[in-house]
Amino acid sequence: MRYGRSTEVLKDVSFALAPGSFHFLTGPSGAGKSSLLKLIYLAERPSRGTIELFGRDVEAIAPSDRPYLRRRIGVVFQEFRLLDHLTAFDNVALPLRIAGGKPEAYRTDVAELLSWVGLKNRMHALPPTLSGGEKQRLAIARAVVNRPDILLADEPTGNVDDAHALRILKLFVELNRLGTTVLIASHDEDLVARSGQPVLHLEGGRLRAFGRSLRGGQA
Amino acid sequence: MSELFDPKRWRPAPLLPRRDPRDGALVFVIAVLCFLACLTALGGLAADRAARGWTGQLTGSATVVVRAMGAESPDIAAGRAAEALAGVPGVAEARTLEKEKAEALLEPWLGRDALLDDLPIPRLVTVEMDAKQPATAAALTQALKAAGIDATVDDHSLWIADIERAAGIARWAALGVFLLIASAAAAVIGFATRAAMAAHRETIEVLHLSGAKADFVVRLFQTRFAKAAALAGLFGASGAAIIGALARLAGGGQGLTPVAPVAWIDLVAVAPTPFLAALVAAVAARLAAQGLIGELA
Repeated sequence: MRYGRSTEVLKDVSFALAPGSFHFLTGPSGAGKSSLLKLIYLAERPSRGTIELFGRDVEAIAPSDRPYLRRRIGVVFQEFRLLDHLTAFDNVALPLRIAGGKPEAYRTDVAELLSWVGLKNRMHALPPTLSGGEKQRLAIARAVVNRPDILLADEPTGNVDDAHALRILKLFVELNRLGTTVLIASHDEDLVARSGQPVLHLEGGRLRAFGRSLRGGQA
Repeated sequence: MSELFDPKRWRPAPLLPRRDPRDGALVFVIAVLCFLACLTALGGLAADRAARGWTGQLTGSATVVVRAMGAESPDIAAGRAAEALAGVPGVAEARTLEKEKAEALLEPWLGRDALLDDLPIPRLVTVEMDAKQPATAAALTQALKAAGIDATVDDHSLWIADIERAAGIARWAALGVFLLIASAAAAVIGFATRAAMAAHRETIEVLHLSGAKADFVVRLFQTRFAKAAALAGLFGASGAAIIGALARLAGGGQGLTPVAPVAWIDLVAVAPTPFLAALVAAVAARLAAQGLIGELA
């Protein structure tokens, strides 16, 4: 994959994530972690090669069907990408609203999820008034609220303390237990090692390791 | 739970900000352009009415120059001519122009101290035609000849061709200026809407990546910008209508109205402006949103 006429940021990356698996995506800055996630959540297209999602070649999927595919993918963006004019509650409810759900059907779930990520008293707050950690938790809540089939997270614990990082990790593990495939890009080697989950390691745009846990051994 | 917030009472907020400071500039630009387009439209209608008035006045009247024959006094000859002309079908009224008035018409050329009594001043008869079936110059001449009156009929035909040509130019010029202003307004509304749309790129991306269909996003922006443009169009059209009404009131029968005769009914012409502005903005917003989504997809 390349951006415009730049050099390739991802080269010969080939792997498959089994449904219901949990992986960390590691590598130094510029290794291509965010680009790989963008390819999976359909924000970018590969300049060569193919990507299959849910058993379908994404290039063969009609543009009108892509939104339905995107609804099955939850994304925690590195820069959060919250809508500043919407309250925390409205931001989290956004994917459910877009999917056509009725407010009375999901508002309790949204409230519970916000409580779970520690934003019980900040439901009516606008994102600009939230701290970095609160924004991060809000972004995570939005990504998981519709129980996606795949959860992609780009440095989801980058702005939170250890206690919150573990809490967030537990949420991801819980979602994974419920059947969601999880792929988390992270610099936090300590967290990755503690989780014991397998790793995809990128360096220089190439996949250097796949499936090995930082605790050692094949996952 | 937040003290101020009860999830059970929550209702989804509008997906776009209710008020955006950037919208003010957009509304202002559209309002000014609509105002100018409406003023040009009113000016065009006034020019058309003025042109029709000029030709109407000329074709609706004739002037007859009467020369007395033999011992008959000019006043008596003029009286007989008016009587003969009044009976011609297509003549609404024929009346003699008093001697004083005829002299007053000559005064600019001959001066006040001219010995007018010594000059053979012709008597004039003014003829007002029936607007529906005006009499022809030939019919008037025929009637005068039958009454034995030496007279010349001037039906202004010499002037009418020039006046009609001038009126035609005035009409086409007004229409051309209006079309130019209206298309410039439409283009600027389109550009301004696209520029304002670019500021919402982040919102569009988030909605898109959250699985919103293109139509969902497009409708959102289309509606928003159509509403803003309709409001701006209303301001612009109202401003122009007020100027038109003031011109009508200030002019009355004199002043501005003979030059730019705005009628009350003309003010109705600005009524479609909010709808047209909304339509242009909606199309521009739709195209811009589709373009942005196309780039993302």
